[in-house]
Amino acid sequence: MTWEVVIGLETHVQLSTRSKIFSGASTAFGAEPNRQACAVDMALPGVLPVMNEGAVDRAIAFGLAIGAHVAPRSVFARKNYFYPDLPKGYQISQFEIPVVQGGSIAIQVGEGDKAYTKQVELTRAHLEEDAGKSLHEDFHGMSGIDLNRAGTPLLEIVTEPVMTSSAEAVAYARALHALVMWIGICDGNMQEGSFRCDANVSVRRPGEPLGTRREIKNLNSFRFLQQAIDYEIRWQIEQIEDGHTIQQATVLFDPDTGETRMMRSKEDAHDYRYFPDPDLPPLVIEQARIERVKAGMPELPAAMQARFAADYGLSAYDAGQLTASLDTARYFEAVVAAAGAAQAKPAANWVMGEVAARLNREEKGIGESPVSPAQLAGVLARVADNTISNNIARKVFEALWNGEGASADAIIEAQGLKQVTDASAIEPIIDEVLAANPQSVAEFRAGKEKAFNALVGQVMKASRGKASPAQVNELLRKKLAG
Amino acid sequence: MPLAPDDVRKVARLARLAIADDEVAPTLDTLNRTLDLIGQMQAVDTTGVEPMSHAHDVSLRLRPDAVTEPDCRDALMANAPAAERGLFLVPRVIE
Amino acid sequence: MSATIIALAADLAAGRVSAVELATEALARAQASTLSAFITLDPERTLAEARAADALRAAGSAGPLTGIPFAQKDIFCAEGWRTTAGSKMLGNFVAPYDATVVARGKAAGLVTIGRANMDEFAMGSTNENSAFGPVRNPWDAARVPGGSSGGSAAAVAAGIVPAATGTDTGGSIRQPAGFCGITGIKPTYGVVSRYGMIAYASSLDQGGPMARTAQDCAVLLNAMAGFDERDATSLQREAEDYTRDLDQPLDGLRVGVPRGWLGDGVSADVRAAVEAGIAQLEALGAKRVEVDLPHAQYAIAAYYVIAPAEASSNLSRYDGVRYGHRAAEYADLADMYAKSRAEGFGAEVRRRILVGTYVLSAGYYDAYYLKAQQVRRRIAEDFATAFSACDVIAGPIAPTVAYKLGEKTADPVQMYLGDVYTTLVNLAGLPALSVPCGFGEGGMPVGLQLIGGAFSEARLLNVAHRFQQTTDHHLRMPPAGAPGAGGAQ
Repeated sequence: MTWEVVIGLETHVQLSTRSKIFSGASTAFGAEPNRQACAVDMALPGVLPVMNEGAVDRAIAFGLAIGAHVAPRSVFARKNYFYPDLPKGYQISQFEIPVVQGGSIAIQVGEGDKAYTKQVELTRAHLEEDAGKSLHEDFHGMSGIDLNRAGTPLLEIVTEPVMTSSAEAVAYARALHALVMWIGICDGNMQEGSFRCDANVSVRRPGEPLGTRREIKNLNSFRFLQQAIDYEIRWQIEQIEDGHTIQQATVLFDPDTGETRMMRSKEDAHDYRYFPDPDLPPLVIEQARIERVKAGMPELPAAMQARFAADYGLSAYDAGQLTASLDTARYFEAVVAAAGAAQAKPAANWVMGEVAARLNREEKGIGESPVSPAQLAGVLARVADNTISNNIARKVFEALWNGEGASADAIIEAQGLKQVTDASAIEPIIDEVLAANPQSVAEFRAGKEKAFNALVGQVMKASRGKASPAQVNELLRKKLAG
Repeated sequence: MPLAPDDVRKVARLARLAIADDEVAPTLDTLNRTLDLIGQMQAVDTTGVEPMSHAHDVSLRLRPDAVTEPDCRDALMANAPAAERGLFLVPRVIE
Repeated sequence: MSATIIALAADLAAGRVSAVELATEALARAQASTLSAFITLDPERTLAEARAADALRAAGSAGPLTGIPFAQKDIFCAEGWRTTAGSKMLGNFVAPYDATVVARGKAAGLVTIGRANMDEFAMGSTNENSAFGPVRNPWDAARVPGGSSGGSAAAVAAGIVPAATGTDTGGSIRQPAGFCGITGIKPTYGVVSRYGMIAYASSLDQGGPMARTAQDCAVLLNAMAGFDERDATSLQREAEDYTRDLDQPLDGLRVGVPRGWLGDGVSADVRAAVEAGIAQLEALGAKRVEVDLPHAQYAIAAYYVIAPAEASSNLSRYDGVRYGHRAAEYADLADMYAKSRAEGFGAEVRRRILVGTYVLSAGYYDAYYLKAQQVRRRIAEDFATAFSACDVIAGPIAPTVAYKLGEKTADPVQMYLGDVYTTLVNLAGLPALSVPCGFGEGGMPVGLQLIGGAFSEARLLNVAHRFQQTTDHHLRMPPAGAPGAGGAQ
């Protein structure tokens, strides 16, 4: 029996404003409990919400980034339910008219031959406030309530139910995560809860209408997202195959057991009694504000990828790698700006290769790279003009990384790494090598090309890498022919 | 259609208001008569009338994104029925 | 004390009396009174405020209200003051911050004599819904002062204080002003900040002054009104001087009387007093015209959907978690919520929460809430049409004079009907005032309601002031010896 899986994602993205969405309290993470909850966040009697324009501008930026309709008029509504971490007894959200409508995000799924791209359509994205936190550690059998997070601005981003596997869901979540960081509306820190996914999962037999969905709440890593969806799919299929029907439910994923379980607190939360918030007139977004936000936005990854391919002759894959994050793309562009467009391809190889590997090893972001784009451009320039070989270039890079010099030139000079191109300096080395390796010489003369390479290697070694490989080739052939 | 006793219990649960059994009948009576009263407005033809949620047709004022509220935890939590280590305490929350 | 703010301000300015002396006298009257007009008196705080006012004057920084004693409705959060909103729920709540109205009063040098009693969370028309006991009407202790700002009205009418703050969601300033024979104005929605004013129905609530005269109300409104960045519904407008037009003549003023408002729906004594009031306006040069408010009859219905709906949500924050009443015993979290709220809220508040919860619940929203909002717009449109034919609308405040205590408590739904002339004004967001226009059954005061277009406060106060220049209803004090009318002694 084959099954079709239908997945929709709702992602809560904490917006990177300094202050809360409806109050002037700080949003910084990690403060002592309730020290960043002001009277408004604590919902004291009489307090009122006032909208933060930073949250509005970030929502607009997101709408522009995904090609959505930015609503000229949207409405804040109250979602009423009781929960100790929800101080007002309602959450200010958007219901009937959200600020961002439609749009889509391109995702790349899988690797190698099985890789494919897909466009994930979004239903909407709306502004709302985050809740506080319940701490379940033991306080004489009670829970503690910390409202520091209450009122942190959220953009809830909702997809259409268009994903068909956990791999697609994860690819979407990763693409969204990269995008919100790219446009600078979210710090992307999943451990701190800045980016949280809810997955709506259902299964059906081909051709049948949509099955009943269950919603997995609060998945804060891509791995958990994958595991939870895979578990949920297996569970639902088993249930149906065992003759049970799926009941709509809200579930939590337990990373320890790898299973999902029903949330008890959501049992009677199905009647939210939404109505327009009388404390907040409609949010009206003028075209001028949209233009202002647009002007302040970085070039979007898709556009930049296309430009890299067109302007620098990079492959789609390379251009995609370089635009995986805005910092990487900016670094690459800075290298090219300093080294010249002709160096774009080697620059790309270096950024994706040596630089990425070194950063990875030290768990650093590219923004923290000890080798600046200008320094890397200096290395590329010396390779280009044959001052150093690629091998020596790696040495120079390493030295720059370790702070052994201020520039490639300084290191080449100080460590005497300049490529030797004077034939009169290389020829004696060749002679020595030929004399020391009569067997290789004999083999070459017997037609074994491999032996030639061994001799080149010996010469390079004897020159401590400073000889130009091309020149060594040429001179060596001349000698052996002579 | 008038409400039944179970409707009263359901609404009371939704509103988190404990209601004793002997309160259900009088509450039901008042609620039904209130619904009769407010039902009078059904006589108004409101076809095509834009609902009015605010007294004035104004748009939302936006404030600059700036931190303006200092830490006032001790003062703000002074009325808490139960608190410890800067946290409000409530009966165990079950998710 | 029957002195007006204007008179007291002159005494203060001339140094004939100090703020501390005025506060001490007012406190003594408040303590001697048996009206239950106050929920909380805190003489130390009062005298500290009075000393600050005297210091302000000594420093040469006194304004027109510096040192004037007043009653603060117990719905405005004031730092350090117990702020109960008339509810057991907030019986121990000491506000940690100032409402904008409170901060503005402080800045003006007003001196808080005490926290005025009120219907719980401003829900009621008789003040019998206060958890701190009913307020008595100074004109007849067997009668109610009206509500919800009943303590404010009684304290001014009894001469305990010359001024008070009130709030008006469906008539809660105007109706008690009318029942107690004082003057009170509900401004245009958005003119007075709601920040720190404990919410009943957010789209209708509006604070305003209550005093003996329209002139005093104008001076008080100057201090209360103004844009507040902490309230998203506060209107960004130029500051106004509400006293600027007080003395304008009324020649040619078109006074609209809604058709049907002075018919069988009002008692004969109220009708007679209101007619006399309108006749007096005509004598001052005004012209009486008939206007139509065809949807006014549905205002109560729409109001008793919208106000409870908003209230059910506004009052969700009272859960016993961060402040307020928490039940002593409970089984678990859900039980704590349900018991704390059932114990903390009085019967009328619980009823309105249930109605509001019901009309917003799944399947009923369109038939009730959405419909009420559409009716609300119809009513606002009616007013717009009416004001093309008149400058102000005149009519009664309530169908009768003040009720007897207990007369309406048995049937809350009957009590709602008493709001027939007031709720429509809140639905439309318009300004309106109550000015004493005579006396009716039992010698009880009758109020004349004047309603204006948006931002016509100065005009309404002008009409009321000119009216009070040629009438003396507002100068009459409750009979000496009336129980608890401490100020008349």
